[in-house]
Amino acid sequence: MGLLKVSASPHIRHEDTTRVLMSDVIIAMIALVIWGAYVFGLRVITVTAVSVISCVAFEFLFNLIIKKPSPVGDLSAVVSGMLLAFNLPATIPLWIPVVGAAFAMIVVKGLFGGIGKNFMNPVLAARVFLFASWPSHMTNYSEPLMRLPLFGEGIDAVSSATSLTLLKSGQLPDLSVKDMLIGNMAGCIGEISSILILAGGLYLIVRRVITWHIPVSFIGTVAIFSLIFAPSEINALTYMTAELLSGGLMLGAIFMATDYVTSPVTPKGRLIYGVGCGLLTMFIRNFGGYPEGVSFAILIMNLFVWYLDRGTKPVKFGGGKKNAKA
Amino acid sequence: MSNIKKIFTDGLFDKNPILVQLLGTCATLAVTTSVSNGLAMGLSTTAVLIFSNVFISLLRKFIPGEVRIASYVVVISGFVTAIELLIKAFLPEINKSQGVFIPLIVVNCIILSRAESFASKNSVLYSALDGVSMGAGFTLALVIVSAIREIIGSGTFLGMRILPDSYEPALIFIMSAGAFFTLAFVVAGMNKILSAIKKKSQKEGK
Repeated sequence: MGLLKVSASPHIRHEDTTRVLMSDVIIAMIALVIWGAYVFGLRVITVTAVSVISCVAFEFLFNLIIKKPSPVGDLSAVVSGMLLAFNLPATIPLWIPVVGAAFAMIVVKGLFGGIGKNFMNPVLAARVFLFASWPSHMTNYSEPLMRLPLFGEGIDAVSSATSLTLLKSGQLPDLSVKDMLIGNMAGCIGEISSILILAGGLYLIVRRVITWHIPVSFIGTVAIFSLIFAPSEINALTYMTAELLSGGLMLGAIFMATDYVTSPVTPKGRLIYGVGCGLLTMFIRNFGGYPEGVSFAILIMNLFVWYLDRGTKPVKFGGGKKNAKA
Repeated sequence: MSNIKKIFTDGLFDKNPILVQLLGTCATLAVTTSVSNGLAMGLSTTAVLIFSNVFISLLRKFIPGEVRIASYVVVISGFVTAIELLIKAFLPEINKSQGVFIPLIVVNCIILSRAESFASKNSVLYSALDGVSMGAGFTLALVIVSAIREIIGSGTFLGMRILPDSYEPALIFIMSAGAFFTLAFVVAGMNKILSAIKKKSQKEGK
């Protein structure tokens, strides 16, 4: 009777396991680590390694303590570790990724029941936690191409303003579109190169790891919003390009907002979720206190996923309003 | 005697107003940024609680049931005003750091809940003791929460630096988000301890 499997919904029939999906995500992200190391120096490798190792270690230890089978083999902790590192500047003291990993894996993921049950994206929650706790470390961006060594402190690096801080004050960043596209600019480790992130996203869509709905609606909303609300003295198209290519928008829209656990399952739900993320991002960027709003926007929309899934339930074949009363 | 003992174990542990009944969480979340704030809030609430319990217990046969809540609130706000004026006169620094939260003791649900569920049904002595024990439980919880928040969020305890200078305080713990984390973990810890004690006493009972 091996044919009959009893499992909880949603009943998606596919050969993929979490492990296969997560390896695809890792493949899509490797180019970003290499580019980060090229721009900010080999310290990026150290930060990423520390982050990945501590995520895996905390997940393993937590499950050991609460006597659950270890989920480390599904590689999701490795993905979390890489994404956490992508959200940090290269100058970060090495204890910060460790604290962030503990918060992500234990408080946000583990305590709510492990993979599949966390209601918020653990990596983004950890980023916001770190950002609120040690704001000066989290915004200490180094100049691009001022490469930091593999080991040693990165604190002496000249901190550089990001394009978003400039945009916030109504100025355009002093960068060519080409530089912004390939990622020759200051910022967090993994967020700078829009073109590599888009390539990774394309790979994931082709491999059917993610669908196009969330990235397209998220980025599209930001694009339309910035076209409409561009300051009058700046060319709307230039303004839009700067808004799209700077900050964590691409990384957030492609790798963070599409996290399986914390995004809707239905296509319609995904579109609404993406539009919501885009609107909130632009509201925070334009009217909020922080220069960047991607992480807050995604976290807020995470909280609506349950409602979006319920509200956009597809109609069953033969169901629908017409037949409901009969 | 066993009654008195029960009043005290209830207030401090089994029915701890914050950690078990989750009453007065707004005050808990707002004022526990440092141990001195938590302690001041705990003690002033305790004072109000004792006086209001005593007076409501004295008046319990006189207050008609239909208007009891309004009457309790009048008694409570009278004492809160008295305490507020006393703090303003003699402890101006605490008044400064506590700000609006002293007058807000009026709406602290712990006080009304004790008036309704205890003082209106028990004698004056027991009501006074209940005020002491519930106040102590409230203060204990506030001190635990604020100690954790102050140590992690500023690296100090009662204003003295106790962690080495190389420790960089996690600012989130003195923000409101940190209050929620800390309270959740302290409540979880309390539940664990209480259930462990219960299990043990059940085993011994057998």
